[in-house]
Amino acid sequence: MREISASEVASVVKDLCFKANFMLRQDILDGVKRSLPAELSATGKEVLEQIIKNAEIAAREKLPLCQDTGYVTVFLEIGQNVLIKGDLTSAVNEGVRQAYLEGYLRKSMVASPIFERENTLDNTPAFINVDLVAGDKVKIIVMPKGGGTENASQLRMLPVSEGVDAVKKFVLEAAENAAKSCPPVLVGIGIGGSFDKVGLLAKKALLRPLSDKNPKPKLASLEEEILAEINKLGIGPAGLGGRVTALGVKIETAPTHIACLPAAVTFNCCAARQAEAII
Amino acid sequence: MREITTPLTGNVISELHAGDKVEITGTIYTARDQAHKRLVESIEKGKPLPFNIEGQIIYYAGPSPTPPGKPVGSIGPTTSARMDVFTQALLSKGLKATIGKGPRSAEVKHALAEYKAVYFAAVGGIAALLSSYVKKAEVLAYPDLGPEAIYRLEVEKFPVVVAIDAHGVDLYEKNREIFRQP
Repeated sequence: MREISASEVASVVKDLCFKANFMLRQDILDGVKRSLPAELSATGKEVLEQIIKNAEIAAREKLPLCQDTGYVTVFLEIGQNVLIKGDLTSAVNEGVRQAYLEGYLRKSMVASPIFERENTLDNTPAFINVDLVAGDKVKIIVMPKGGGTENASQLRMLPVSEGVDAVKKFVLEAAENAAKSCPPVLVGIGIGGSFDKVGLLAKKALLRPLSDKNPKPKLASLEEEILAEINKLGIGPAGLGGRVTALGVKIETAPTHIACLPAAVTFNCCAARQAEAII
Repeated sequence: MREITTPLTGNVISELHAGDKVEITGTIYTARDQAHKRLVESIEKGKPLPFNIEGQIIYYAGPSPTPPGKPVGSIGPTTSARMDVFTQALLSKGLKATIGKGPRSAEVKHALAEYKAVYFAAVGGIAALLSSYVKKAEVLAYPDLGPEAIYRLEVEKFPVVVAIDAHGVDLYEKNREIFRQP
């Protein structure tokens, strides 16, 4: 059994919060640069150039890419041969707390959703997802995500008989909201599983690099087809009109019930924030 | 490129057209959901607003905390649609422009035409870059709201695009039609 202290996890989470908020995902930055020739709108092109400039300023001056430094989702892949010494949940939250307090990051979490909506003042709690995997390492992925793109997410239990057509129709309807998600966006789609599982699948789809091709050929071509369709909508960079609405579409699937076809779609914005480390 | 200074007076508004690039210089005020709620409650109760709103611009934004040595933290626009229900009340008190991101409701469009006001779009997701156009920031009202407090900002050549003008033209709709492919 390999031992890892909870305090080490806290320290890594803190560093990843800084990295994610100050450094634009490299594949997104590259994707924005690659998309420039495809953009026919002059305003759209200018927006893409501003996104590139923003990434340079944020990295250089350690300023958040976006003022909405998000709620923090933390994905933990924990090797079964690892023993975490201490309280893991508290450690993750401690890392988030320290980063948001010390890094001049905005605190956007409210403790109660309906009535008081009082700010927790340190951006905790983080939303933690744990997967147990083989091995003796811990992989930590930190994904701060803004409220605007989160609000554009949708989940629906689709009719099984309509299959892939229902999925495409649902995603394209949801993509109408991309204008509010700071496009060009990354589209994460979850299909299958259960009501609770499918949202997480969509979130996990957002983690995949732009260049990552779905290993299942039918899903790979569905990803490409949906990407092409979304980019025909005319929404464009910043929603001000244009051809570059989405940089990538990623689909994650899971087994489901004979009566069910759950689907969820979520977006990541042009300031996509994500950082990972392996302990 | 059109340069404007606040407060907005005379014919400035009617000369702006959807799609125009504009640089704003002068004082603007931030307000998000909670601040809007309080502003509109004040109007309903007949109480004075924390600043003279006539001819002014409200920026839908909640900055990240100010790091040492900087005038302000990152400060990009938030989604404007959440402020739609409050907009008409503020326009009726003389507000002349709002800055945010994303489309607005039909009601807001009508109100902008009725009160001769405009909606500017700032680009979302470039908040570090936008902070470089803010020269000074101070909390003006509702400090208990933290990032949702009203800040008075001094801006210089703050870049926006006219998204909905006072003549009823909506850039979001217009450009969707131009760039949409069958």
